[in-house]
Amino acid sequence: MAAIDQPLPARPATIREEFSWSAGLYKWVATVDHKLLGLMYIVSALVFLVIAGIMAAVMRLQLAFPNGHIVAPDTYNRLFTMHGTTMVFFLGMPMVAGFSNYLIPLMIGARDMAFPRLNAFGFWMFLFGGILLYFSYIGGSGLTGAGSAPDVGWFAYAPLTEKPFSPGASTDYWILGIFTAGIGTIASAINVIATAISMRCPGMTLARMPVFVWVMVIDAWLILIAVPPLTAAQIMLAYDRFLGADFFNTQAGGSAVLWQHFFWIFGHPEVYILIFPAFAILSEVIPVFSRKPLFGRPAMVAAVIGIGFISLGVWAHHMFAVGMTAWSNTFFAASSMLVGIPTGIKIFNWTATMFGGKLRMDTPMLYCCAFLLQFLVAGLTGIMLAVSPFDWQLHDSYFVVAHFHFTLIGGAVFGIMAGLYYWFPKVSGRMYNERLAKWSFWSFVIGFNLTFIPLHFAGMLGMPRRIYTYPVGRGWEGYNLAASIGVIFQILAVGMFAWNVIYSCVKGKKAGDDPWDGWTLEWSTSSPPPEYNFEKVPVVRSGRPLWDLKHPQDPDWKFGQ
Amino acid sequence: MAATVTPANVAAIERNWTLPDRGTVGILLLMITESSLFTIFVVAYLVYIGKSLSGPYPKDVLEVPIISTICLFSSSLTIVIAEKALKRNELGKFKLWWALTVLLGGEFLTATGMEWWKLIYKDGLTISTNLFGTTYYSLVGLHASHVVVGLFFLLIVMTASLTGFPIQHQERRVKFLSWYWHFVDAIWVIVFTVVYVIGR
Amino acid sequence: MASSGLLAFFQVQVPGAAEHRVTDIFKPLATPAAAERDVAWFTIAVTTLIFIVVAGLIVYTIVRFRRRPGDDLHQEPPQVYGSNQIELAWTVIPILIVFVLIGVTARVVWSVENASPPPSTLHLKVIGHQWWWEVQYPDYGITTANEIHVPFSADGKEATYLELSSADVAHSFWVPQLSGKTDLIPNRLNYMWIDPRQGGVYVGNCAEYCGTQHANMLLRVVAEDRSAFQAWAQGQQKALASSDVSAGRAAFESLSCINCHVIKGTKAIGKFGPDLSHLASRSTLAAGMITNTPENLKKWINDPQEVKPGCLMPSLKLGGPELDQLVSYLGSLK
Repeated sequence: MAAIDQPLPARPATIREEFSWSAGLYKWVATVDHKLLGLMYIVSALVFLVIAGIMAAVMRLQLAFPNGHIVAPDTYNRLFTMHGTTMVFFLGMPMVAGFSNYLIPLMIGARDMAFPRLNAFGFWMFLFGGILLYFSYIGGSGLTGAGSAPDVGWFAYAPLTEKPFSPGASTDYWILGIFTAGIGTIASAINVIATAISMRCPGMTLARMPVFVWVMVIDAWLILIAVPPLTAAQIMLAYDRFLGADFFNTQAGGSAVLWQHFFWIFGHPEVYILIFPAFAILSEVIPVFSRKPLFGRPAMVAAVIGIGFISLGVWAHHMFAVGMTAWSNTFFAASSMLVGIPTGIKIFNWTATMFGGKLRMDTPMLYCCAFLLQFLVAGLTGIMLAVSPFDWQLHDSYFVVAHFHFTLIGGAVFGIMAGLYYWFPKVSGRMYNERLAKWSFWSFVIGFNLTFIPLHFAGMLGMPRRIYTYPVGRGWEGYNLAASIGVIFQILAVGMFAWNVIYSCVKGKKAGDDPWDGWTLEWSTSSPPPEYNFEKVPVVRSGRPLWDLKHPQDPDWKFGQ
Repeated sequence: MAATVTPANVAAIERNWTLPDRGTVGILLLMITESSLFTIFVVAYLVYIGKSLSGPYPKDVLEVPIISTICLFSSSLTIVIAEKALKRNELGKFKLWWALTVLLGGEFLTATGMEWWKLIYKDGLTISTNLFGTTYYSLVGLHASHVVVGLFFLLIVMTASLTGFPIQHQERRVKFLSWYWHFVDAIWVIVFTVVYVIGR
Repeated sequence: MASSGLLAFFQVQVPGAAEHRVTDIFKPLATPAAAERDVAWFTIAVTTLIFIVVAGLIVYTIVRFRRRPGDDLHQEPPQVYGSNQIELAWTVIPILIVFVLIGVTARVVWSVENASPPPSTLHLKVIGHQWWWEVQYPDYGITTANEIHVPFSADGKEATYLELSSADVAHSFWVPQLSGKTDLIPNRLNYMWIDPRQGGVYVGNCAEYCGTQHANMLLRVVAEDRSAFQAWAQGQQKALASSDVSAGRAAFESLSCINCHVIKGTKAIGKFGPDLSHLASRSTLAAGMITNTPENLKKWINDPQEVKPGCLMPSLKLGGPELDQLVSYLGSLK
């Protein structure tokens, strides 16, 4: 032991800890660090993506030819229910939470989220909800049979979900799994908004907050307002199923349409909740890879706020065939078309960002470009669906399936892929393999479009949704076969992506702090960031603090940015 | 990383940088999301007014709970008085008025329980009887469950203050709890109006 | 038209029948479907134009401003923050487009939904069941299942008005070439109308997921000229069974079939399953799944779970002469 007035003994140059499995596991299980939780959200989401993707592959195998016998009707019906439920609640929502939680503190110069323990609570609720849902494969159906997963469709219309028509426990797993995950989602949303309001570093006014953060904050607002209606409807359905209540029991005067209203009051904002991460990511990636600031920053923020508001007023466009009045059918058509306007403005602004720039066509940018074109198609088929008389033909057909896969895969997933590649060096400290990434990208683009473009036509030829097979002679064969072939390319793409991630984490080239020459605060700290994020809490003077540092001659704040 | 601005004004920016308190923001957001939840149950209640295929019907069995409503609203007053006392470090006064708040909240719950006993055993109205039963128990029950949660935390604070825990250092958290309690009261205004005024 | 050519390329031709099996929404044969087709084309034209312009700009931008080898990597392009005029322009133009679309939409919604039925309209009630369609003709006192006979007229003077409801879960009535779909919802009455312009059999599907056999809840609307329709209706009104004393009828009345099915004039008065009074006049069985032949009928009666797994008709597995008697009896109910 050194005496106080003597110099301390020399410390070793590096301190290496003994690796211990239990310490490693404890670190992950007990963490409240936003970066670890964010990573756990994203990795879990990718695992669910693969599971639900396999379900899709089986469905496409069944539908490749008429009179398919790959799976029994009940099995198929469970597949599309679990595929949809998993993709929405256990891929889309955790990606929202994962990206928000990992990046927001780094981008606003904070050391963690406002409520780190609430953060952990939210993650574990999400994971338990997912496990509970999948436990239904073992535990569903109750005493009357072996386990089975829910088979009521991801939107679980009443009265199909009432006890007489869905005996056993499979629907209850649907209710409880999503209810649990929903609590976690709301917790995460509260955390995001509180963080953005209360934890920004000095100088970072709301006007200087990165657009990524803005978009994810508005996403959190949507969650706060739109998820409780689903929670409420699920409580009501649970009361019906367990306590004999009559919310949706049509025999007792209850209304099946009321479930639809409640579900879609949640369900429509939900799809905007799912697409916002892609909007947020594009607003960071496109400027950096175009070497220009985001065009029309205030308009972009205003557009997202506008989309958020309007999206709360379009829900009944999912119900045009329910027999609403002409006034309702017109009102919701109008509001649904109106929401396309701010969305279109965003596409124009991203394009204008690229216009006049010096585009680096690395993989993140490739995904952004594909997003722009695919989401444009998705938005335009959305306009077609908004025209209610046109929707009377297209509703509940494969046209709708094609439309929402264009928004969700062509839009949301492609945007998320851009983000995963863009921030991979920051999170892992290593670069991914660009060549393999490009192969994966092109395989994904080809596969995705080959699967979903033909399905528009199948829908226009009368092919309804959620059918486990179809007969010869309806004209659907060719389109379905093409769609099924596209799956092969998508599987290859995901496989290449997974291999790229795993290999690069171990053998990738060291990335350094700022491999992309970025402008937001996460690039000012090491890759991966230390637990405390920043050595010193930064002080900023514009929306692009690193641009100001790198370009002291013409910093953004000189131009009022 | 180097400062983005000159060292001279960095200190000034840091010193003057104040943001809203995260706890305040958090509790407000919680109230907003809970309001969204309650709204759906209120809408269901309103939609199903008069739609029950068979009785008992609201006007036959519902008695307006004046006393328990007065108690609940009064508890919002007593909690304010308790808070003010805590701010001035008058712990004895705080404990008294806080305990009163707990009692008044407890009265509300007891009265609700008695009302439900009467409805179930005397009038034969359960959640599965008809649409009125379904919507009544779910809406009033949702509110009551929030009262239970509030009362649970009120009791924790009361227990803490009675066992010598330095509650005066937790003024901020006591404030948030009292806001939650006011929120539960505000919700009761709406539930009361919908169930006992509009729905009857 | 290029798209119908594309559609035709993928079609598999099925021989025979004036059957409209390839149910192309762009080949309407009744007014509602025609109005929907017209607004569809208009919308597609507008959105295609938008696509060409915007996608063109995006592709042009990508190609024109790609970084080229030899570019100075340290020279950043001009940092343009935005332009209020441009923002205004590309906000106002979409708003105008949307207004036009809203106007067109409103017009068609009103013309289809609030159309008043012409005087000679036939009124039908269609009630959805898991997984078959009950069809009642109140003015004729007929109840049948799955195959809906209606009159047609090339000038649209023969209209049929349908009242839709459900006995169990939500279903949806979709015969694309006649009209867009309308849902059948329990505890609710919905209405739609059709005025077929051409004779033939129109195929359709249930279009709201309703459980295990949703895929095989098919519709057949048989449009015939007035006199043929009248002849059919009169045939359906007869109670054939009263004069029949065959072994098959005896077998039928001794089995549990009578608990679910109706055969007019017999002991069978069950309302759970389809009315079988004129089963042999239908061209398909099991809600359009299989053609109505003696072999198929035998297979169906013996083991419906084999044909349509999960359907609500139990497998009696009779076998032997009793089964053959039943088949020949039911086959006689024209």
